[in-house]
Amino acid sequence: MYAQLVETGVKRIKDLSEMSDQERAFQEKIDSEIKIEAKNWMPDAYRQTLIRQISQHAHSEIVGMLPEGNWVTRAPSLKRKLQLMAKIQDEAGHGLYLYSAMETLGADRDEEIAKLHSGKAKYSSIFNYPTLNWADMGAVGWLVDGAAIVNQVVLQRTSYGPYSRAMVRICKEESFHQRQGYEILLTMMRHGNQAQKDMVQDAINRLWWPSLMMFGPSDEHSPNSAQSMAWKIKRQSNDELRQRFIDQTIPQLELLGCTCPDPDLKWNAERGHYDFGEIQWSEFYEVLKGNGPCNQERVATRRKAIEDGAWVREAAVAHARKKHNKNAA
Amino acid sequence: MNNNTDLIEYLLRLGDSALIQGQRLCQWCGKAPALEEELALMNVGLDLVGQARNWLEYAAELLNDGRDADHLAFRRDERAYRNLLLVEQPNGDYAVTLLKQFLYDAWHLQVLSGLSQSSDERIAGIAAKAVKEVTYHLRRSGEWVERLGDGTEESHQRMLAAIPEVWRFTVELTSADDNEQRLCDAGIIPDAAQVAAAWQAKVNEIFASATLPVPAAPSYFYLNARKGLHTEHLGILLAEMQSLPRAYPDATW
Repeated sequence: MYAQLVETGVKRIKDLSEMSDQERAFQEKIDSEIKIEAKNWMPDAYRQTLIRQISQHAHSEIVGMLPEGNWVTRAPSLKRKLQLMAKIQDEAGHGLYLYSAMETLGADRDEEIAKLHSGKAKYSSIFNYPTLNWADMGAVGWLVDGAAIVNQVVLQRTSYGPYSRAMVRICKEESFHQRQGYEILLTMMRHGNQAQKDMVQDAINRLWWPSLMMFGPSDEHSPNSAQSMAWKIKRQSNDELRQRFIDQTIPQLELLGCTCPDPDLKWNAERGHYDFGEIQWSEFYEVLKGNGPCNQERVATRRKAIEDGAWVREAAVAHARKKHNKNAA
Repeated sequence: MNNNTDLIEYLLRLGDSALIQGQRLCQWCGKAPALEEELALMNVGLDLVGQARNWLEYAAELLNDGRDADHLAFRRDERAYRNLLLVEQPNGDYAVTLLKQFLYDAWHLQVLSGLSQSSDERIAGIAAKAVKEVTYHLRRSGEWVERLGDGTEESHQRMLAAIPEVWRFTVELTSADDNEQRLCDAGIIPDAAQVAAAWQAKVNEIFASATLPVPAAPSYFYLNARKGLHTEHLGILLAEMQSLPRAYPDATW
């Protein structure tokens, strides 16, 4: 999930009898699956929650370019280089869609980006882990994009129209990248030498748990989920989505011939699901607070890009004004 | 001696230039001045690396010595690389990056337009596709040279500072060596003098609207990428780009 922990600012969910007429009409619309559009009335907390969630999502696409940018100059073949460049280009595009969707709620892109750069706004914790070998490019595609898709497929039905439509477009491109990522790993496992196979297992060992953390805290520690679910911003709980991801990913892991770095993982025939070990939640909260392995570098890189580029953007504005004046004259 | 020596040399020049320019654009990933630019830089880079692959595949077929396009890209040393000196120059600030891109695009479009009429059908086919992409590249980089040249005082100064950093390397864009002259005589590649004239006209046009002075033509200065005589920047760029295939020469990726 690209937006893991979104505050709703709501302590207790109101029932219909406690709501004003406006609020009740809104909730009834949600309950009958009618999409909310930009010009419709919406509770302020709904608006603010969506701004937080969509901006987190957008920031994740942008910060998510950096771990891959780390390897785009070192991709080992022309085909892999082209794939990675196409993927990074798509991610920038996803960021643009999402900032646009966010702006329909009255938020300002530059203001939200400034929050990212000051450390106030979050992005997905996964991008705070370093990419240390080429197999990470495969594992990021397969596991990280895979986890994102499980979440985003559900978000196609989210109650806010512009967000839901952005998700439909993004999911199409994302699933393509996920298959490519898996194919990178499959090639290394089936046709690679021992060093390459070791890279694949190493990448999985490092990225497995952080990928599971992408779905956010467990349901019992997810105080904002109930309101998000009532508003149908969220459609399924963190733990449900995490379980779905594990269930669909383990057979793929087996097909690779790799192992899962979780000694407690085993099929539970009774439940019809995989049981799995406890996530290191202290690590999750530390990374989210800014104390992960790459948090400082990621934010510093983005801040520097925008600061160093200020003169370019100013020049573009100045030139547009000159041209406009010339045309008007 | 292979009969196709001239052609192979020329295909390497085209392919290497596109690849190295693409590699420089990759170095901007995540660091561009705006999100729209991230998208554009990766888009242009993707086109160029794709073109490089087409040229290098053809070169590999003609070489017919067991090497494929990847081998040519990732296993040749800098002395065997044939890219223009212009494209191997460091990215510098955005003014340097865009000026480099513009000077290359303006040349590239002329060359590809000529090549799309080549008597070699394979070349004509690759060039016809590439022309569409590079038309877009040139429109974009030309517009940026105008924006920065005729933007703010600071952007104007930065463009003025960028010109001497890259201008001397344009000497390679406006001349031909014996290999190229023979290919031109055979109707395979366009005439260098015509390319040079059209390139100069485009530079004059864009520099004028960017309120930038057009420098005098640069003089020969002893380096020559056609002979693999590069600046010191290429070796480091290749060390990074080639590190994995060099470390694991038997690997399939």
